[in-house]
Amino acid sequence: MSGGLRGQPLYGKFHSDGVLHLFKDLFRKQRKYATIPSPQAKKEIPEGIMQKCSRCNTILIAKELEKNLKVCKSCGYHFSMSAPERIQATVDVGRFFEYDADLLSVDPLEFPDYSKKLEKDQEKTKLNEAVVTGEGTIGGYPAVIGVMDSRFRMGSMGSVVGEKIARAAERATTKRYPFILFCASGGARMQEGVLSLMQMAKTSAAIEKMNRERVLFVSILTNPTTGGVSASFASLGDINIAEPGALIGFAGRRVIEQTVRQKLPDDFQTAEFLLKHGQLDMVVPRLELRDTLIKILEFHA
Amino acid sequence: MTNGYLPFEKPLIELRDKIVELKKFTKDQSIDLSEEIETLEKKAEKLEKEIYGNLTTWQKVQIARQTSRPTTLFYIRSIFTDFMEMHGDRLFGDDPAIIGGIAKLDGRPVTVIGHERGTDTKNKIARHFGLPHPEGYRKALRLMQQANKFGRPIITFIDTQGAYPGLEAEERGQSEAIARNLREMAGFSVPIICVVTGEGGSGGALGIGVGNRLLMLEHAYYSVISPEGAAAILWRDANQAQQAAEALKITSNDLKTLGVIDEIVPEPKGGAHRDQNQQAAYIKKAIVKHLNSLLKLTPDELVEDRYQKYAQIGKYLEPASKGSR
Repeated sequence: MSGGLRGQPLYGKFHSDGVLHLFKDLFRKQRKYATIPSPQAKKEIPEGIMQKCSRCNTILIAKELEKNLKVCKSCGYHFSMSAPERIQATVDVGRFFEYDADLLSVDPLEFPDYSKKLEKDQEKTKLNEAVVTGEGTIGGYPAVIGVMDSRFRMGSMGSVVGEKIARAAERATTKRYPFILFCASGGARMQEGVLSLMQMAKTSAAIEKMNRERVLFVSILTNPTTGGVSASFASLGDINIAEPGALIGFAGRRVIEQTVRQKLPDDFQTAEFLLKHGQLDMVVPRLELRDTLIKILEFHA
Repeated sequence: MTNGYLPFEKPLIELRDKIVELKKFTKDQSIDLSEEIETLEKKAEKLEKEIYGNLTTWQKVQIARQTSRPTTLFYIRSIFTDFMEMHGDRLFGDDPAIIGGIAKLDGRPVTVIGHERGTDTKNKIARHFGLPHPEGYRKALRLMQQANKFGRPIITFIDTQGAYPGLEAEERGQSEAIARNLREMAGFSVPIICVVTGEGGSGGALGIGVGNRLLMLEHAYYSVISPEGAAAILWRDANQAQQAAEALKITSNDLKTLGVIDEIVPEPKGGAHRDQNQQAAYIKKAIVKHLNSLLKLTPDELVEDRYQKYAQIGKYLEPASKGSR
């Protein structure tokens, strides 16, 4: 059972050799067309070759950043990951089968601009909703996997997100597969009102069923996991793991500062703050996360 | 807002004052004005129907927030007998924002729990305005586990703006405390009836609100976010709370339409605070009715009934099976 990240064929296409070639090519092309500014030439210079670290301002090569699972090599800052990126970094190559990809949000309250915003996010993310669920293997161990995507309506939970997570938990219970859920969410989705709030109860009830049937639930809290999501399934793992620096909490910092006028510590609501206060089992850097999961799965196999 | 009257009630109050004046005049001066009085009384009745029959969402929010609106303690004392309050979560402390204990409903032992926002200013401050800390949810959980152990039905009263937003609340795991209650409440094999009596403030309300039946007072509201909070996010202006309240669909009628609540408990004209005893009687009638039907279910059926209730909440499209809900 090879659990090492480097040993995974999944990252084959990002091998440093390939990246070097790519950049050499780019450089040549850039020079070649430098004197002929045309739309076509511009198109051949891919966007986002470089990325600046949001924390330490180091300029990073995008491909290398991707290879490093979007963790800054200089300061260890964890950039947010999309659901497809997370699945690729977690499950065994080619071993993921998606559930309920066709569930679509409606606009049950006819809330101002909601339909437009949904469409925009669908276009932007190429996802139907803010969570991708399915089953696959991790280090050879079968598991039901859910990944929230903070690019889609800040990963907020409306009817579809709640339903997909509840169904995934139900399938995990039936198949007796562990359920691994990567949380990334601003909370319940305002635009679906109280229906969103009730998804907290729906998902937690599904987790309770898993609990009764003694099926493992691992919750991984990534940046950010707040509000109604942190106050439901995200906090209900048999094991709760967070990524370093992730913002995790119930009430927003600003709300607290404005309503009760308390001075809050700098590390308030970070993964490290929660670990210190006994709210997490562990904080695991992303590059060690897959190995950690495999270990946990092995314990429960 | 003297005597707890709200701005939109002003015309009615003025009319009523006039009737009282005329009646006094009739008595003092021995002049018969009964005809005029009758006309005015009819007018007042019509006006009353107009005002209270067409309350806007925002007006309902104002009624739900009325300081004179009865609180959980009043309901517990009026609806139940032999209430014994129980304290503490056995972990950290005793949260005054959530009260609970054992009581009898028409002689049947039950466990009652609710947010208590306090009555006068001093009391409100002592009770943190009904905003619970984690120890409040954990006290509630302890009492509910006890109820489950001894086969007592659980009745909860929901009336909070939300869970307490503060440093200590976060340190002690506000999220985890609420989340755990949601999960545990889903698993109890006794009947659970939840009544939203005033403000249903998001996760802070839901933390004691997962039941087989969810009842809601006519003018109560239940929302994923406060109208002020939503307005601040949507239009960066908390003053647009009225529009946000409308958009969020938070009234008892809205929630009935959305399939979230099971029954609307009527309120006396003008709201619960106008006739507290009548209100308590209405609530009791609804609780007893639903409890009697739930008592026919076996423990397993109760768990499944609750599971199905929440499984069905939500609206989405599922093209593959051509189904939607």
